[in-house]
Amino acid sequence: MTLSIRIIPCLDVTDGRVVKGINFTNLQDAGDPVELAALYDSEGADELTFLDISASSSDREITLDIVGKTADKVFIPLTVGGGIRSVEDVDRLLRAGADKVSISTAAVARPELISEIADKFGSQVLVLSVDARRANTDSGFEITTHGGRQSARMDMVTWVQRACALGVGEILLNSMDADGTRSGYDIAMIASARAVATVPLIASGGAGNLEDFEAALEAGADALLAASVFHFGIHRIGQVKSHLKAAGYPIREASIQ
Amino acid sequence: MIAILDYGSGNLRSAQRAFASTGEDVIVTSDHRTAVEAQGLVVPGVGAFASCMQGLLTINGDSIIRERLALERPTLGICVGMQILFESGTESSLSYPHGGLGIGIWAGTVNRMLAPVLPHMGWNTTTSSHGSTLFKGVENESFYFVHSYAATRSAGQKQAWSDYDQKFLAAVEDGAICATQFHPEKSGKAGLKLIENWIGSL
Repeated sequence: MTLSIRIIPCLDVTDGRVVKGINFTNLQDAGDPVELAALYDSEGADELTFLDISASSSDREITLDIVGKTADKVFIPLTVGGGIRSVEDVDRLLRAGADKVSISTAAVARPELISEIADKFGSQVLVLSVDARRANTDSGFEITTHGGRQSARMDMVTWVQRACALGVGEILLNSMDADGTRSGYDIAMIASARAVATVPLIASGGAGNLEDFEAALEAGADALLAASVFHFGIHRIGQVKSHLKAAGYPIREASIQ
Repeated sequence: MIAILDYGSGNLRSAQRAFASTGEDVIVTSDHRTAVEAQGLVVPGVGAFASCMQGLLTINGDSIIRERLALERPTLGICVGMQILFESGTESSLSYPHGGLGIGIWAGTVNRMLAPVLPHMGWNTTTSSHGSTLFKGVENESFYFVHSYAATRSAGQKQAWSDYDQKFLAAVEDGAICATQFHPEKSGKAGLKLIENWIGSL
């Protein structure tokens, strides 16, 4: 009886399609979100994350519809992030079929949002997306907002500690430097966050080789999020899991069909 | 007909979708009579023990569960919906007038787990009792857990145990009343099979 590490494909959704870019620009089409979600589920994904990167509220309505259609046929946890600013936004997503929500920019602007959401729906519903990059701060990493375009002038480790105290259920640690590059997770960043985080830690940004996933677990991640390596077929989820199993990490192997 | 008890707690739509996927008629209700009469009642629950209990008391859900138990009608508690079947829970207990009392079908207190990283979140396996109805055919599968508190004393007739730095109760089968600490509705095909097993026993 051991808790398995989790492999989480991330689907960036805009205008009803999954897209993927490098460092949050140069977006390429990567497919239909509901079809991709079902495919990843059948391949053994342990959870799914939808990140709504739509610019307009009409696009956000399309995303709500996608969340509902996915939840109708995929019975694994579904996290939805992007543009969440209030308890009401969370309520709408949960009603649409999300199991968890992830917040980022809005929590940096108003940290009390963390405790407001946790008080209303429980900590387990709330993933804090910590979008960080290398910088000259105490820990060597600073927080960014608006998809990595702006510095929040806040140290990453300080923010992780504060967020845990405010009641987040999980931390999604996303390296803005590594995002979409497939050059490996930022291992030093994961280790710095792990040292202070009292909640599960999901590593994100930079997954490329199979060894990259292993290195992130070695640094203390509980779960591994990746997008482009899965969308563009560089690795299948099963390959990643087999590699990690061979390296001695507990993975979920569903035998029931 | 399966009723899912709506007392302001939980992602009810997730539960409704999963239970309905077996082909059963499923309704989400807070109506006393409907909930007592249903062939099977599901008591979901997310968030803190004490706030769930408060929500349950608001719709007299405690008496719904007790009436069903007296009539030997099947009831399934999920996650905090399992925890509130115990005598008490320490989570947020001081914030509410009931002071952390549960329904008290099973003895024991639901305490915070000891692991340094909480919640216990993700897929874990269980060891179920021989002859379990719920786990038939899914004895070796993983299920999805998300919780920071757990019951650690045995309860009911049959138990499933799991482990996260400490041994804790993952499921209880006790005549008409069953409960799981994990979320079968979020546990993929294994979870759907467990739901089918429960529905098959009604």
